[in-house]
Amino acid sequence: MNIAYSWVMALSAAIFAIGVAGVLIRRNILVMFMSIELMLNAVNLAFITLARRMGSMDGQVIVFFVMTVAAAEAAVGLAIIISSFRNRETINADELNLMRW
Amino acid sequence: MPVSVFIFLAVLSIISSLGVIVQKSPVHCLLALIVTLMTIGVLFIALDAVTVGFLQIIVYVGAIMVLFLFVIWLLNLQSEPLPVGHLGLKLFAAVAVSAMVAELFVFVRKINPSLTVTSTAAGYGSIDSLAETLFGKYLMAFEVTSILLLVAVIGAVAIARRGLPDRPDRIVAAPGASRKQGAAS
Repeated sequence: MNIAYSWVMALSAAIFAIGVAGVLIRRNILVMFMSIELMLNAVNLAFITLARRMGSMDGQVIVFFVMTVAAAEAAVGLAIIISSFRNRETINADELNLMRW
Repeated sequence: MPVSVFIFLAVLSIISSLGVIVQKSPVHCLLALIVTLMTIGVLFIALDAVTVGFLQIIVYVGAIMVLFLFVIWLLNLQSEPLPVGHLGLKLFAAVAVSAMVAELFVFVRKINPSLTVTSTAAGYGSIDSLAETLFGKYLMAFEVTSILLLVAVIGAVAIARRGLPDRPDRIVAAPGASRKQGAAS
């Protein structure tokens, strides 16, 4: 017996939801960032599954690009975290309200 | 992929991704995230995306996660003192996430459950077919990606390097100007 595509899509949806919950309930910027990576990977899993279903390579290439953008995003985001930690001595999202109106 | 292997991987990835959001120490969160990413990489390989699966393990687990670990160590983070209050936010999070889960599963249910992962054409997911698509149809996007990475690296260095405000002695722009000022005083 083979697994169904819907199972893998359900797994992807579950991991995405856990990532959203992480961004909403955690106040540590680094952990919020990790939750964003979790969401990106859930979407990658959906892309791979649907590419397999369609039998086309396009989905895999998109995953390749998503990974590249995630790497760029991680580099810039971590640089922002380092520089804000240097100025404010905190990575708690509640205390970083410089850009809040 | 046998059903038992899929269930094992699914349970492992759900547990470890829950670990990412419930553990206190950022290093433990990161370790749980690494387990999740490796599990997803194995799922990629099982879904015939062999090249992307190995790239996932090499690039994500090998490079991006090391970057996270480096930042955690650089900032010398301790465990969170304990999340403060924010009951309203957590309530909102619970409602929003459960609404989203319901919505996503409504969509997932529309997929015909009798469609199973059966065999595909030979060569699907191999490095040859990936390269043909990447350097054929998506060549332009590939080149733009390299510019994106370049800009991101320059931006990261520019943001993270020690800025001027905390070094008042370096605000003076040109060395010649400072010398002149010193001579005048």
